[in-house]
Amino acid sequence: MNVRLYLWQRLTAALLVPLVVVHIAVIFYATRQGMTAADILSRTHGSMVWASYYAVFVAAASIHGAIGVRNVLTEWSPLNDRRAGLFAVAFGLMLVALGLRAVAAVVLS
Amino acid sequence: MLGELSVSLWRGAEAGRYETYVVPQRESQTVLDVVTFVQRHLDPTLSYRFACRVGVCGSCAMTVNGKPRWTCRTHVSKVAGGGRLEIGPLANLAVIKDLTTDMAPFFEKWQQAKGVFAPSKTRHDAIAQIRPDSPARLAADAAIECINCGVCYAACDTVRWNAEYFGPAALTRAWTLVNDERDGGNAARLQAVAAFGGCHACHSHQSCQELCPQALNPTAAIAGLKRRAAAAYLKGEIKT
Repeated sequence: MNVRLYLWQRLTAALLVPLVVVHIAVIFYATRQGMTAADILSRTHGSMVWASYYAVFVAAASIHGAIGVRNVLTEWSPLNDRRAGLFAVAFGLMLVALGLRAVAAVVLS
Repeated sequence: MLGELSVSLWRGAEAGRYETYVVPQRESQTVLDVVTFVQRHLDPTLSYRFACRVGVCGSCAMTVNGKPRWTCRTHVSKVAGGGRLEIGPLANLAVIKDLTTDMAPFFEKWQQAKGVFAPSKTRHDAIAQIRPDSPARLAADAAIECINCGVCYAACDTVRWNAEYFGPAALTRAWTLVNDERDGGNAARLQAVAAFGGCHACHSHQSCQELCPQALNPTAAIAGLKRRAAAAYLKGEIKT
Protein backbone atom coordinates (compact mmCIF):
# COMPACT_ATOMS: atom_id res chain seq x y z
CA MET A 1 0.00 0.00 0.00
CA ASN A 2 1.32 3.42 -0.86
CA VAL A 3 0.49 6.70 0.86
CA ARG A 4 -2.38 7.55 -1.52
CA LEU A 5 -4.19 4.25 -0.92
CA TYR A 6 -3.43 4.53 2.81
CA LEU A 7 -5.11 7.94 3.01
CA TRP A 8 -8.14 6.83 0.98
CA GLN A 9 -8.60 3.81 3.22
CA ARG A 10 -8.36 5.89 6.42
CA LEU A 11 -10.61 8.61 5.03
CA THR A 12 -13.34 6.15 3.97
CA ALA A 13 -13.02 4.35 7.32
CA ALA A 14 -13.60 7.63 9.16
CA LEU A 15 -16.63 8.28 6.97
CA LEU A 16 -18.01 4.77 7.48
CA VAL A 17 -17.95 4.89 11.29
CA PRO A 18 -20.93 7.30 11.69
CA LEU A 19 -22.66 5.85 8.62
CA VAL A 20 -22.55 2.32 10.04
CA VAL A 21 -23.71 3.51 13.48
CA VAL A 22 -26.77 5.24 11.97
CA HIS A 23 -27.41 2.26 9.69
CA ILE A 24 -27.46 -0.15 12.65
CA ALA A 25 -29.58 2.27 14.72
CA VAL A 26 -32.15 2.39 11.89
CA ILE A 27 -32.21 -1.43 11.73
CA PHE A 28 -32.88 -1.59 15.50
CA TYR A 29 -35.58 1.07 15.21
CA ALA A 30 -37.31 -0.66 12.29
CA THR A 31 -37.31 -4.11 13.91
CA ARG A 32 -38.40 -2.86 17.36
CA GLN A 33 -41.25 -0.93 15.75
CA GLY A 34 -42.30 -4.16 14.01
CA MET A 35 -42.18 -2.48 10.59
CA THR A 36 -42.75 -4.63 7.52
CA ALA A 37 -40.78 -4.31 4.28
CA ALA A 38 -43.73 -2.48 2.77
CA ASP A 39 -43.72 0.04 5.70
CA ILE A 40 -40.01 0.70 5.23
CA LEU A 41 -40.26 1.07 1.46
CA SER A 42 -43.15 3.50 1.83
CA ARG A 43 -40.91 5.76 3.94
CA THR A 44 -37.81 5.48 1.75
CA HIS A 45 -39.61 5.83 -1.58
CA GLY A 46 -38.72 9.11 -3.25
CA SER A 47 -36.52 10.21 -0.32
CA MET A 48 -33.48 12.15 -1.50
CA VAL A 49 -32.08 12.04 2.05
CA TRP A 50 -31.95 8.23 2.17
CA ALA A 51 -30.79 8.08 -1.45
CA SER A 52 -27.88 10.44 -0.72
CA TYR A 53 -27.09 8.74 2.59
CA TYR A 54 -26.77 5.25 1.11
CA ALA A 55 -25.10 6.46 -2.10
CA VAL A 56 -22.29 7.91 0.04
CA PHE A 57 -22.30 4.69 2.11
CA VAL A 58 -21.93 2.56 -1.03
CA ALA A 59 -19.14 4.74 -2.43
CA ALA A 60 -17.17 4.73 0.85
CA ALA A 61 -17.63 0.99 1.43
CA SER A 62 -16.65 0.16 -2.16
CA ILE A 63 -13.43 2.18 -2.02
CA HIS A 64 -12.56 0.92 1.47
CA GLY A 65 -13.29 -2.71 0.62
CA ALA A 66 -11.48 -2.63 -2.70
CA ILE A 67 -8.28 -1.27 -1.12
CA GLY A 68 -8.50 -3.92 1.59
CA VAL A 69 -8.96 -6.70 -0.98
CA ARG A 70 -5.99 -5.34 -2.92
CA ASN A 71 -3.84 -5.60 0.20
CA VAL A 72 -5.01 -9.12 0.96
CA LEU A 73 -4.28 -10.22 -2.62
CA THR A 74 -0.86 -8.53 -2.63
CA GLU A 75 0.15 -10.24 0.58
CA TRP A 76 -1.60 -13.60 0.42
CA SER A 77 -1.96 -14.46 -3.28
CA PRO A 78 0.59 -14.94 -6.07
CA LEU A 79 -0.72 -11.79 -7.84
CA ASN A 80 1.74 -8.91 -8.10
CA ASP A 81 0.75 -5.39 -7.03
CA ARG A 82 -0.43 -4.34 -10.52
CA ARG A 83 -2.63 -7.37 -11.09
CA ALA A 84 -3.98 -7.17 -7.53
CA GLY A 85 -4.79 -3.51 -8.26
CA LEU A 86 -6.71 -4.38 -11.43
CA PHE A 87 -8.67 -7.08 -9.62
CA ALA A 88 -9.43 -4.66 -6.77
CA VAL A 89 -10.70 -1.99 -9.18
CA ALA A 90 -13.01 -4.55 -10.78
CA PHE A 91 -14.17 -5.69 -7.33
CA GLY A 92 -14.80 -2.09 -6.27
CA LEU A 93 -16.81 -1.34 -9.44
CA MET A 94 -18.90 -4.46 -8.80
CA LEU A 95 -19.62 -3.26 -5.24
CA VAL A 96 -20.63 0.18 -6.59
CA ALA A 97 -22.96 -1.38 -9.16
CA LEU A 98 -24.58 -3.78 -6.69
CA GLY A 99 -24.82 -1.11 -4.00
CA LEU A 100 -26.35 1.59 -6.19
CA ARG A 101 -28.78 -0.98 -7.61
CA ALA A 102 -29.91 -1.73 -4.06
CA VAL A 103 -30.24 2.00 -3.27
CA ALA A 104 -32.30 2.52 -6.41
CA ALA A 105 -34.55 -0.39 -5.46
CA VAL A 106 -35.21 1.10 -2.03
CA VAL A 107 -35.68 4.72 -3.12
CA LEU A 108 -37.19 4.51 -6.60
CA SER A 109 -39.41 1.42 -6.41
CA MET B 1 28.01 -29.95 34.39
CA LEU B 2 24.29 -29.74 35.07
CA GLY B 3 23.04 -32.33 32.61
CA GLU B 4 22.48 -32.61 28.92
CA LEU B 5 20.60 -30.59 26.33
CA SER B 6 18.94 -32.04 23.27
CA VAL B 7 19.69 -29.54 20.52
CA SER B 8 18.18 -29.60 17.00
CA LEU B 9 20.16 -27.59 14.47
CA TRP B 10 19.15 -26.78 10.90
CA ARG B 11 21.57 -28.41 8.46
CA GLY B 12 21.66 -27.70 4.74
CA ALA B 13 20.39 -24.79 2.66
CA GLU B 14 16.72 -24.03 1.87
CA ALA B 15 16.26 -27.77 1.48
CA GLY B 16 17.59 -29.26 4.66
CA ARG B 17 16.55 -30.82 7.91
CA TYR B 18 16.98 -30.52 11.65
CA GLU B 19 19.63 -32.78 13.16
CA THR B 20 19.82 -33.50 16.85
CA TYR B 21 22.95 -33.17 19.00
CA VAL B 22 23.53 -33.76 22.68
CA VAL B 23 25.35 -30.88 24.38
CA PRO B 24 26.43 -30.61 28.03
CA GLN B 25 24.39 -28.05 29.98
CA ARG B 26 26.35 -25.41 31.91
CA GLU B 27 25.72 -22.44 34.19
CA SER B 28 25.01 -19.13 32.38
CA GLN B 29 25.19 -20.91 29.05
CA THR B 30 24.09 -18.91 26.00
CA VAL B 31 22.53 -20.27 22.83
CA LEU B 32 25.67 -19.20 20.98
CA ASP B 33 27.74 -21.26 23.44
CA VAL B 34 25.65 -24.29 22.48
CA VAL B 35 26.12 -23.74 18.74
CA THR B 36 29.86 -23.17 19.24
CA PHE B 37 30.13 -26.39 21.28
CA VAL B 38 28.57 -28.37 18.42
CA GLN B 39 30.92 -26.82 15.86
CA ARG B 40 34.07 -27.31 17.96
CA HIS B 41 33.38 -30.74 19.44
CA LEU B 42 30.74 -32.55 17.38
CA ASP B 43 30.68 -31.34 13.77
CA PRO B 44 33.24 -28.82 12.43
CA THR B 45 31.30 -28.43 9.17
CA LEU B 46 28.50 -26.51 10.94
CA SER B 47 28.22 -22.96 9.53
CA TYR B 48 27.07 -20.01 11.63
CA ARG B 49 27.97 -16.36 12.17
CA PHE B 50 29.21 -14.54 15.23
CA ALA B 51 31.83 -11.94 16.06
CA CYS B 52 31.74 -9.98 19.32
CA ARG B 53 29.83 -12.41 21.62
CA VAL B 54 28.67 -9.47 23.76
CA GLY B 55 25.60 -8.10 21.95
CA VAL B 56 27.26 -5.34 19.99
CA CYS B 57 27.94 -6.59 16.46
CA GLY B 58 24.49 -8.02 15.62
CA SER B 59 25.81 -10.94 13.57
CA CYS B 60 24.67 -13.99 15.60
CA ALA B 61 20.87 -13.76 15.31
CA MET B 62 19.13 -17.10 14.73
CA THR B 63 15.70 -18.62 15.20
CA VAL B 64 15.59 -20.19 18.66
CA ASN B 65 12.57 -22.36 19.50
CA GLY B 66 10.56 -20.53 16.84
CA LYS B 67 11.52 -16.95 17.67
CA PRO B 68 14.37 -14.79 16.34
CA ARG B 69 16.94 -14.05 19.07
CA TRP B 70 20.43 -12.61 19.44
CA THR B 71 22.04 -15.87 20.47
CA CYS B 72 25.06 -14.44 22.31
CA ARG B 73 22.85 -12.72 24.88
CA THR B 74 20.10 -15.33 25.06
CA HIS B 75 20.55 -17.67 28.00
CA VAL B 76 19.59 -21.29 27.40
CA SER B 77 17.81 -21.35 30.78
CA LYS B 78 15.42 -18.63 29.59
CA VAL B 79 14.34 -20.27 26.33
CA ALA B 80 14.92 -24.05 26.55
CA GLY B 81 11.63 -25.44 27.75
CA GLY B 82 12.17 -28.99 29.02
CA GLY B 83 15.87 -28.93 28.11
CA ARG B 84 15.02 -28.79 24.39
CA LEU B 85 16.46 -26.33 21.90
CA GLU B 86 15.65 -25.96 18.22
CA ILE B 87 17.98 -23.54 16.45
CA GLY B 88 17.49 -22.52 12.82
CA PRO B 89 18.50 -19.72 10.47
CA LEU B 90 16.66 -16.37 10.58
CA ALA B 91 13.29 -16.39 8.81
CA ASN B 92 12.47 -14.14 5.81
CA LEU B 93 16.02 -14.44 4.44
CA ALA B 94 17.47 -17.03 2.05
CA VAL B 95 19.52 -19.70 3.78
CA ILE B 96 23.12 -19.99 2.56
CA LYS B 97 24.06 -22.98 4.69
CA ASP B 98 23.02 -24.27 8.10
CA LEU B 99 22.51 -21.25 10.36
CA THR B 100 23.81 -18.55 7.99
CA THR B 101 21.43 -16.47 5.88
CA ASP B 102 21.98 -14.08 3.01
CA MET B 103 21.64 -10.68 4.69
CA ALA B 104 22.03 -8.72 1.42
CA PRO B 105 18.30 -7.96 0.89
CA PHE B 106 18.08 -6.71 4.50
CA PHE B 107 20.83 -4.14 3.92
CA GLU B 108 19.74 -3.29 0.37
CA LYS B 109 16.40 -2.22 1.79
CA TRP B 110 18.18 0.23 4.11
CA GLN B 111 19.50 1.86 0.93
CA GLN B 112 16.05 1.80 -0.73
CA ALA B 113 14.49 3.46 2.34
CA LYS B 114 17.20 6.18 2.08
CA GLY B 115 18.61 5.12 5.42
CA VAL B 116 21.83 6.96 4.65
CA PHE B 117 22.70 10.34 6.15
CA ALA B 118 22.46 13.13 3.55
CA PRO B 119 24.71 16.01 4.67
CA SER B 120 23.24 19.48 4.39
CA LYS B 121 26.44 21.32 5.30
CA THR B 122 30.15 21.15 4.57
CA ARG B 123 33.11 20.88 6.92
CA HIS B 124 33.56 24.63 6.58
CA ASP B 125 30.20 25.34 8.22
CA ALA B 126 29.78 25.65 11.97
CA ILE B 127 28.82 22.52 13.91
CA ALA B 128 25.02 22.25 14.19
CA GLN B 129 23.64 23.27 17.59
CA ILE B 130 20.95 20.78 18.60
CA ARG B 131 19.21 20.86 21.96
CA PRO B 132 19.36 17.38 23.55
CA ASP B 133 15.80 17.73 24.84
CA SER B 134 14.20 18.95 21.61
CA PRO B 135 11.36 16.70 20.35
CA ALA B 136 13.13 15.99 17.06
CA ARG B 137 16.36 15.01 18.83
CA LEU B 138 14.47 12.69 21.17
CA ALA B 139 12.61 11.11 18.21
CA ALA B 140 15.95 10.62 16.44
CA ASP B 141 16.91 8.15 19.19
CA ALA B 142 14.65 5.56 17.48
CA ALA B 143 17.39 3.67 15.63
CA ILE B 144 20.58 4.92 17.26
CA GLU B 145 21.04 1.75 19.32
CA CYS B 146 20.10 -0.57 16.42
CA ILE B 147 22.77 -3.23 15.88
CA ASN B 148 21.42 -4.41 12.48
CA CYS B 149 20.90 -7.95 13.76
CA GLY B 150 17.85 -8.64 11.58
CA VAL B 151 15.71 -9.97 14.46
CA CYS B 152 12.88 -7.51 13.68
CA TYR B 153 13.06 -8.35 9.98
CA ALA B 154 12.79 -12.07 10.70
CA ALA B 155 9.93 -11.50 13.17
CA CYS B 156 7.86 -9.35 10.79
CA ASP B 157 4.68 -10.84 9.27
CA THR B 158 4.54 -8.11 6.62
CA VAL B 159 8.05 -8.94 5.40
CA ARG B 160 6.97 -12.57 5.11
CA TRP B 161 3.90 -11.64 3.06
CA ASN B 162 5.36 -8.83 0.94
CA ALA B 163 8.87 -9.38 -0.39
CA GLU B 164 9.18 -5.70 -1.32
CA TYR B 165 8.41 -4.36 2.18
CA PHE B 166 11.45 -2.54 3.57
CA GLY B 167 11.02 -3.97 7.05
CA PRO B 168 11.23 -2.49 10.56
CA ALA B 169 14.99 -1.85 10.76
CA ALA B 170 15.27 0.12 7.51
CA LEU B 171 12.17 2.18 8.28
CA THR B 172 13.29 2.92 11.84
CA ARG B 173 16.61 4.13 10.48
CA ALA B 174 14.70 6.34 8.02
CA TRP B 175 12.66 7.77 10.92
CA THR B 176 15.84 8.61 12.83
CA LEU B 177 17.15 10.51 9.81
CA VAL B 178 13.80 12.24 9.20
CA ASN B 179 14.24 13.72 12.69
CA ASP B 180 17.92 14.54 12.28
CA GLU B 181 18.02 18.31 11.88
CA ARG B 182 21.39 18.11 10.11
CA ASP B 183 20.07 15.84 7.36
CA GLY B 184 19.09 17.30 3.98
CA GLY B 185 17.58 14.24 2.29
CA ASN B 186 14.05 14.17 3.63
CA ALA B 187 12.18 14.88 0.39
CA ALA B 188 13.70 11.84 -1.31
CA ARG B 189 13.42 9.78 1.90
CA LEU B 190 9.71 10.50 2.45
CA GLN B 191 9.11 9.81 -1.23
CA ALA B 192 10.83 6.43 -0.86
CA VAL B 193 9.01 5.35 2.30
CA ALA B 194 5.60 6.47 0.97
CA ALA B 195 5.80 4.10 -2.03
CA PHE B 196 4.67 0.47 -2.30
CA GLY B 197 6.84 -1.52 0.10
CA GLY B 198 7.24 1.48 2.39
CA CYS B 199 5.89 2.39 5.83
CA HIS B 200 2.19 2.26 4.92
CA ALA B 201 2.41 -1.50 4.35
CA CYS B 202 3.04 -2.04 8.10
CA HIS B 203 0.15 -3.77 9.92
CA SER B 204 1.39 -2.71 13.38
CA HIS B 205 1.57 -6.32 14.61
CA GLN B 206 4.45 -5.18 16.85
CA SER B 207 6.49 -8.40 16.69
CA CYS B 208 9.49 -6.16 15.94
CA GLN B 209 9.24 -4.26 19.18
CA GLU B 210 8.40 -7.39 21.17
CA LEU B 211 11.55 -9.20 20.02
CA CYS B 212 14.05 -6.37 19.40
CA PRO B 213 17.03 -7.28 21.61
CA GLN B 214 17.79 -3.58 22.10
CA ALA B 215 14.23 -2.88 23.29
CA LEU B 216 13.68 -0.43 20.43
CA ASN B 217 10.18 0.27 19.14
CA PRO B 218 10.16 0.13 15.33
CA THR B 219 6.34 0.08 15.28
CA ALA B 220 6.24 3.55 16.84
CA ALA B 221 8.92 4.79 14.43
CA ILE B 222 6.96 3.45 11.45
CA ALA B 223 3.78 5.10 12.78
CA GLY B 224 5.71 8.38 12.88
CA LEU B 225 6.83 7.88 9.29
CA LYS B 226 3.24 7.14 8.22
CA ARG B 227 2.06 10.45 9.70
CA ARG B 228 4.98 12.47 8.32
CA ALA B 229 4.73 10.95 4.81
CA ALA B 230 0.94 11.38 4.73
CA ALA B 231 1.31 15.06 5.70
CA ALA B 232 3.97 15.55 3.00
CA TYR B 233 1.67 13.93 0.42
CA LEU B 234 -1.27 16.13 1.39
CA LYS B 235 0.95 19.22 1.09
CA GLY B 236 2.05 18.10 -2.39
CA GLU B 237 5.68 17.67 -1.31
CA ILE B 238 5.77 14.06 -2.50
CA LYS B 239 3.92 12.13 -5.18
CA THR B 240 2.88 8.51 -5.67
